[in-house]
This record gives sequence, C-alpha cells and structure tokens, in this order.
Amino acid sequence: MQLTADRLEKNFGAVTAVADVSFTAVPGKVLGLLGPNGAGKSTTISMLAGLMTPDSGSVRLDGAPLGTGADPTKRRLGLVTQEIALIEELSARSNLQFFGGLYGLAGAALAARISAVLELTSLADRARDPPKEFSGGMRRRLNIACALLHEPQILLLDEPTVGVDPQSRNAIFDTIKLLAAEGRTLVYTTHYMEEVERLCDRVVVIDHGRVLADDTLQGLFANAPVANRLTLRYDPSPDEAALAEIKDLPGITHVELANSELSVFAADLGIAAPRVLERLAARGFSCLELTSRRANLEDVFLGLTGRTLRDT
Amino acid sequence: MSPSLIAFKALVAKDLVLFLRDRRALMVSVLTPIIVAAFFGFLFGGNGGGNTVSRMPVGITDLDGSTLSKAVLGQLTADQSLQIEVMPEAAARERVLGGKLRAAVIIPPGFGAAAPGALLGRGEKPLLRLFYDPSQSIVQPVVAGLVTQHVMQEVTRPFAAAGGMSVPFTLQSVAVASGPKYNGYAHAFAGMSVQFILFMGIDAGVALLLMREQGMWRRLRAAPLSRGVLLGSRAIGTTLIAMLILTVVYAAAELVFGVRIAGSFAGFVLVACAFALLAATTGLMIAAVGRSVAATRGVAVFSVLILVMLGGAWVPAFLFPEWLQRATKIVPTRWAVDGLDAMTWRGLPLHEAFLPVAVLLGWSLLFALIALWRFDWEKD
Repeated sequence: MQLTADRLEKNFGAVTAVADVSFTAVPGKVLGLLGPNGAGKSTTISMLAGLMTPDSGSVRLDGAPLGTGADPTKRRLGLVTQEIALIEELSARSNLQFFGGLYGLAGAALAARISAVLELTSLADRARDPPKEFSGGMRRRLNIACALLHEPQILLLDEPTVGVDPQSRNAIFDTIKLLAAEGRTLVYTTHYMEEVERLCDRVVVIDHGRVLADDTLQGLFANAPVANRLTLRYDPSPDEAALAEIKDLPGITHVELANSELSVFAADLGIAAPRVLERLAARGFSCLELTSRRANLEDVFLGLTGRTLRDT
Repeated sequence: MSPSLIAFKALVAKDLVLFLRDRRALMVSVLTPIIVAAFFGFLFGGNGGGNTVSRMPVGITDLDGSTLSKAVLGQLTADQSLQIEVMPEAAARERVLGGKLRAAVIIPPGFGAAAPGALLGRGEKPLLRLFYDPSQSIVQPVVAGLVTQHVMQEVTRPFAAAGGMSVPFTLQSVAVASGPKYNGYAHAFAGMSVQFILFMGIDAGVALLLMREQGMWRRLRAAPLSRGVLLGSRAIGTTLIAMLILTVVYAAAELVFGVRIAGSFAGFVLVACAFALLAATTGLMIAAVGRSVAATRGVAVFSVLILVMLGGAWVPAFLFPEWLQRATKIVPTRWAVDGLDAMTWRGLPLHEAFLPVAVLLGWSLLFALIALWRFDWEKD
C-alpha cells in the first residue's frame, strides 16, 4: 500500500512546524525521514498516523484520504511511538491483548496474532513477564509488537531505537527488514544517519519543517554539494602555488590548509588521490601521512543546511 | 461484537484491572475514607449515644451559702442536662479556660437576701456571673436558660402553694431519625466517601494527563477510535471504580459502625451511581483543562477540598449559617452528601433521592460537556 504525503502544512499559532512537505512511501521499501530534533518529523508522523489534521495538504493511502478519530482507514496503519507506550504493570501478553482489543481483535484471532508478534520480536519466552522487568531493547521490541498486532500494511516507526543497546538495535533492524521483505510500507524517522544508511531505501531530509532532499542514498551523495575527504600531512606545508594547482585538478571541489594538514574534497577519491600526491611530489613536497573518509549523510545534511545533525 | 465495542471493553477493563492490581493504592482508596469517617463519626457522637443527651459539665461557686442559693444549687444538680461540680471561683474560671468545663456560674454573696426583693422590683438585682467557653457559644444561652428557670422556681416558692413557679409545660424531646437510634457515623461516612471518591476522580484525570506525557495517549489515538470511545470508556471505568469504593466503604460502615441504609436502598444506589459519575466527569474535566500533571494536581485537590467543605462533608450543612446553607445548594457535593444522608440515617423514601440524583447528573453532564469542549485532541 502506497502512502502519500501531499503538500502537508501544520502551524501551531505563529510557529510553522511543517510546511509544504510531500513524499511517497512505497510497499516493500523503507523510507527514512531524517532530520534533527525539532525538524518537524514527529508532527509529520502525527499527520501520517491520523493523529493530527493538516492545516493544508493531505495524506493518502493508495489514493484514499486519511482522516483522524475513528476513520477505519487508520486500521491499515501501525504506529510505533517514540515513547515506550506500554502498561508497565501488566504482562507482555496482557499488553498485547489490550492493544489488540483497540483494533477490535478478540478471541482466537487475537491469540494467534499475539503468538505471531511475540515470535517475530523474539519475546515468546517472556510473554508472562511485565515490561518493567525487561531491558530497554526488549521494551522497544514489545513496543513494536503492539503496533503489528492488527497486521498493518503501513508501519510508521518514530525513532524506535532510542536508548537501546547495539544487540537489540540489530534485532530491531532485522525485524524491520523482514517486514519490508513481506511487502509492507515502512516510514522510519530518526536523527541517526547510521540507521538511515543501514536501513532506508529512500531518504527524505527534513529541517525547519521543510523537505530539503528526497532521494535514494546514492542520489543524495551524487547530487548534494558534498564530497569525500582526503587528508594529507606535509612538512613543510605546500605553498600557495601548489595549492592553486591542486584546486585546478579535475574532480577536486574544495581545498583547505590548516597548520600542516591539507584537506582535499573530491567526488571520487580513487581518481583524485594519486593525482594530488603526484603533483605535490613533483613540487618537492613529501607526504608524511594520508587518510581518507567517504562522505556520509552527516556531510549531506551539513551541505544542505550548513549545520550538523547533532549540533541542532 | 463490533470493533468499537471490543475496544471500549478493553479500555474499561484495563482501568479496572490496573486499579485492582495495585494492592497498596487499593487499600489506601478504601481504608482512608473508612478511618477518617470513623474518627469524624466518633466526634459526632458515634453510635453509642443513641437518643440520649449527654450531660454538660458546669461548675458552680456558691459565695452566698444562703438557703436560697443552696436550693438553686440543688435544682441545678438535679437537672438531667447538667453535670454540676462545686468549686471555688478561681478554680471554676481556670477549668472553663482550660476547656474542662463548658461554663461556670458564680452565685454572689447576698444573693439569697436580695433576690426575692428584686423579683418584686425592690432593691438592686444581685449579679450572677456566667463564665463560658467562647469556642462553644451555644452553651451560654443554654446554661443561662437553665439557671433562670431554677432560680425563678426557687425564688417564687414562698409565693405559691405548691413548690413555687415552674415551667408551665413538659417538654418531650424526640430525636427525629430513621431508626430507633441515630448513628453519628452515618453522616461522617457520607462526607468522607464523597471527599475521597472525588480525590480518586482527580487521580483518574491526572492519570490521563500522565498518559499524554508518557506517550500512551498518542498510541491510543493511533487506533481507529472515536472521541466518545476514548473519553467515554475512561468515564465508565472511573465510575465503576467509584462504585466499588462506595460499596466497600459502606459495607464497612454497616458491619463495623452500625450505619444502616434506613431509607430506600434503590434511592441509595441511584445517589451513589450519580455521584460516581460526577467524580468520573470531574476527572475528565480536570484532564481537559489541566496543562501538566504537577500544575494540575495541586489546583484540583484544593478545588475539591473547597467543594467538600461547602458540601457539608466535614461539618453537617445544617450547622452552617442560614445564608451559607442556601448558598451551598449550588455545590454538587452538597447534594451528594445530603442524598446519601437522606437514604441512610434520615431514612427517607425513594422519591427523596430524585432531586439529588437529578442535580448530580446535571453537574456530570456539564462537566462532560466542558471536557469535550476543552479537550485538545491533537495534543500528545
């Protein structure tokens, strides 16, 4: 089932939380919503989940508009909230019974679904225990299980890995990949670029309530004004003439010299690195140390906004 | 069963299960009103006083020692309303000041010689002094009246053939209550039930605010549920919990303290149901207008304390000044307390419950409408 956000806008008084946000999530793929805290991700998710009515624009599921309240279309959606929304005093199974009941599930159908989601999230052996006795990762997995009981075709995951250990994070990622492989449509919000790079097929970069980019990872790296970085240390440092020659080399986008450290930014490090080393060697500068780093989403975000994800 | 009904049932069941599972909170919810009501009930006379009137401790200082003063002292000592202690003036004054005596009467020197003449308008009237405890102002006119009665009887004795002047009637005092014995605990249990169930209603409202702060409300709203299901289930769950508390508290009141539903049982159930709904809708209104848990709880508790005070939950409303008795008719807790009183110790019939029930349901409807109007559905 395809989920379409069409020119969504939401204001809280004089503050515009989301402005003209549009994107489409498709079945079998994970769409990442990447942005710093306060970028408008949660407001966008609220509108996608039918919790909030947009001031303008619409959310559509396979073309059908999504409403709020008791709109039966919401049955197609599952929401994994950023907060762990569980009843701490009840057992994991009782929690699942409660959340299943909210979607009208009862009796044998509910029991079967509870067993299935407990297996999926590897919590079957802890079904009788209350979440307050669980680790952070297990609580996150149960939080996800609660959203899967009614077999939603679209799953919205709002920062579902906050505060979990690496092992649990891997388990959650495996579950998400499995759900995508089953043909579900997944929207994943996070401010962790590593998660987006690992999970998402397509990324919507959002900041100050606006979409800054909407592309595949490869597309973002190719089109965004960012580059891979080559760092070289020389003693003595290259002179002005050498720097000018390096800047003019094809594929080099930017050159910086700080102390004796030369930073060269290039679209393709494999092509740029030998050329830089060769030209500087020809001018009598010998390289003492060389490191390289591939551009990542942090650089993409920096390039798009002038800020880092973690600064904001 | 429709999906909405299944969801409604799940939401109500969740509230009930959570209430019943928290043993400590459960004990506090039912024990606190019982303990506080037992204390207030004891102060109001308990169930041992029945229809008898307790004697009022009064000191007498006879500085005259005449035949007349001794006769008056004898009459006062024989009075069923008084418990007379004879003592020096300084001790009498000190004991009134210390709260040991309700009042003290000082018969001055020369009283016996001057009083008969004063009766006929000859000579100066002797000055009897009455010390009384100002915290119990009702005592002063009562003691003054009794002293006047007995002095008049003894002073006029020489003028009458048989025993002097006396009160020209016999007063029979009849306690008007439901049963053969008035139970002082009945009102206390009504008042404290109202107070602590309203506190429970506040807790239910604050819990909803907490659900918002902890993200649970967001999760509930993600389900395809109407506002009616989400808030209605909350109201019904809280109403059932309030009914459960009332049942346990009144069971203890009957078994341990002898409180009887001497009036209409159906009327009692109706008043209890209407009040339970009032407590639930009070909680919803608090959740609708409250901003945060911390800020809301204090204001809500203060408001409830004012409501129960004006409702006569602490001190019976008939002890209020007349204007306050009329003014507090607007307060819903007054109708709850009066309704429970009417069906218990006053022993009134079913139709006497209708007006309190109607008023309580009216307030409940108003609170529910305010909750629906002010509830911010898009706030997490």
